[in-house]
Amino acid sequence: MSAISHAPSTDSPGISPQDEPPPAHPRRNPLTSLRRANPLGASGGLLWLVIVLVPVYWVVVTSLRTREGFFDANPLSVPSHPTLENYRQVLDNDFTHYLLNSTLVTVGATLLTVGVSFLAAYAIVRGTSRALRWAFSVFLLGLAIPLQATIIPVYYLIAKAQMYDTLGAIVLPSAAFAIPLTVIILVNFLRDIPDELYESMRADGAGHWRMLWSLALPLSRPALITVVIYDALNVWNGFLFPLILTQSPDKRTLPLFVWSFQGEFTINVPAILAAVVLSTLPILVLYVLGRRQLIGGLTAGFGK
Amino acid sequence: MALPALLLFALFALVPMAIVIYLSFTRWDGLGSPAWAGADNWREALTSDVTRHALWLTVKLMVFSWIVQTPISLLLGVFVAGKQRYRALFAVFYFVPLLISTAAIAVIFKNLLDPNFGLGAALNLPVLGQDWLGDPQLAFYAVVFVITWQFVPFHTLLYQAGARQIPASLYEAASIDGAGRVAQFWHITLPQLRYTVVTSSTLMVVGSLTYFDLVFVLTGGGPGYATRILPLDMYITGFQSNEMGLASAISVVLVVAGLVVSLALVRFSGFSRMRSQQAGM
Repeated sequence: MSAISHAPSTDSPGISPQDEPPPAHPRRNPLTSLRRANPLGASGGLLWLVIVLVPVYWVVVTSLRTREGFFDANPLSVPSHPTLENYRQVLDNDFTHYLLNSTLVTVGATLLTVGVSFLAAYAIVRGTSRALRWAFSVFLLGLAIPLQATIIPVYYLIAKAQMYDTLGAIVLPSAAFAIPLTVIILVNFLRDIPDELYESMRADGAGHWRMLWSLALPLSRPALITVVIYDALNVWNGFLFPLILTQSPDKRTLPLFVWSFQGEFTINVPAILAAVVLSTLPILVLYVLGRRQLIGGLTAGFGK
Repeated sequence: MALPALLLFALFALVPMAIVIYLSFTRWDGLGSPAWAGADNWREALTSDVTRHALWLTVKLMVFSWIVQTPISLLLGVFVAGKQRYRALFAVFYFVPLLISTAAIAVIFKNLLDPNFGLGAALNLPVLGQDWLGDPQLAFYAVVFVITWQFVPFHTLLYQAGARQIPASLYEAASIDGAGRVAQFWHITLPQLRYTVVTSSTLMVVGSLTYFDLVFVLTGGGPGYATRILPLDMYITGFQSNEMGLASAISVVLVVAGLVVSLALVRFSGFSRMRSQQAGM
């Protein structure tokens, strides 16, 4: 297990604010010199904090206003008569159905992506054939393909396969486009599992599948958590595939709901913003529960 | 074992590349069957003022979002890489935009920037209260601002992670030599972060080809053609005007643009050398 704690990038220390400095400099603060007061940095940081938080605060307080209160009150004041009426209106508009669709699509696409990517990453790291090296290059190249550019042929394929306007039509291409990065992150992680561990298992007569299942899989937990979070967040927030590949409201996901809801309720801003808050809430709850993993997941593979 | 992943990826990313090239030589309304049209679409795409303008806007958006986002996220990332508790607290809140879907962010700013009942109008702030999304001169910069709001947090995280890994001994040595904070930033922090700058810039530049959903919900490409970037031009041509053949030609232009930019970045930034040094990304 000790080999894993030194694995680079994927679970790299120093990503979350509370983390200790990197193991290479255990007792030192990497930015000792910045311990001194830094008024310029602090005011810049504060300014950005205001830019980030004012819109968020505005969304929350406005979503609690009555329609009349929205036009009367100072937009940044706390509502004098806070109401949950807007939230009820959003829930009455089949919100839970969209929530369910988003959940199904996200779980389906994430499991599919991570499942096939893990197999591929294991094969690329442990295999020796040229074809596998070639496969890895394909995934690297795949990072450069803009998803938008393929939407017309993907639409063509989905229509030909009679899958148009089904949840599967969102799951398959969403999973496909998540594969390259997922494979690359997993490959980088699996490479750090020492050969000796595999050798000793082989000596015990274990085949590839056993090594994959009882050695590589449990040791890859940190990397797997990372890619699951990263892929799930992307699929959950995906917009283009649901927009183009589905049509009927009962097949659509939350981002599409937010978009169509604001189209319908143009003048009822508090209700629109309540829809924004409700659609963000599930991720916010997950963020509060797993902040470290989430932040680690978002920087994984990109940190220096 | 690599086969399922390869097949799934090929089916939705590589095969479509071939199909889109084929479709760009056909006339197709999206419902019936594509009919061969020769080079018609290409002639039209390459001479169309709308598409040329869209390409120009895409490049402009790429450049502007890089120029605006890079200094902000670099400085913020280095700042929050420090140790004080209040910085940690900052970092928690900086992260919030990453949790909100692009569609929701676009909806938020569409309402926030509304000239009649948005934040600026209600607070009587003349600067904020302009018709940001309705004025062709301003809409582009409003888009750049919203992109910055959405993506600076992610890049701040990258720079924070990078800055945390700069050896403290470098700063100690510089302090002993009497280098001030600004000198240390220029001579230690910035050079040490060069790979992070490249990684972040690559993601920013390639990512700027994918701002489709944000612009689609925020302005729909308007007013007029003021924010009609290339992916949006493709979408409107294909799925609203039902000219899938022409839209496919625009898609090919988009792919080529993406590949050219990626290759140029790899070539000129030494990204490939960096990769081999680190055995992967």
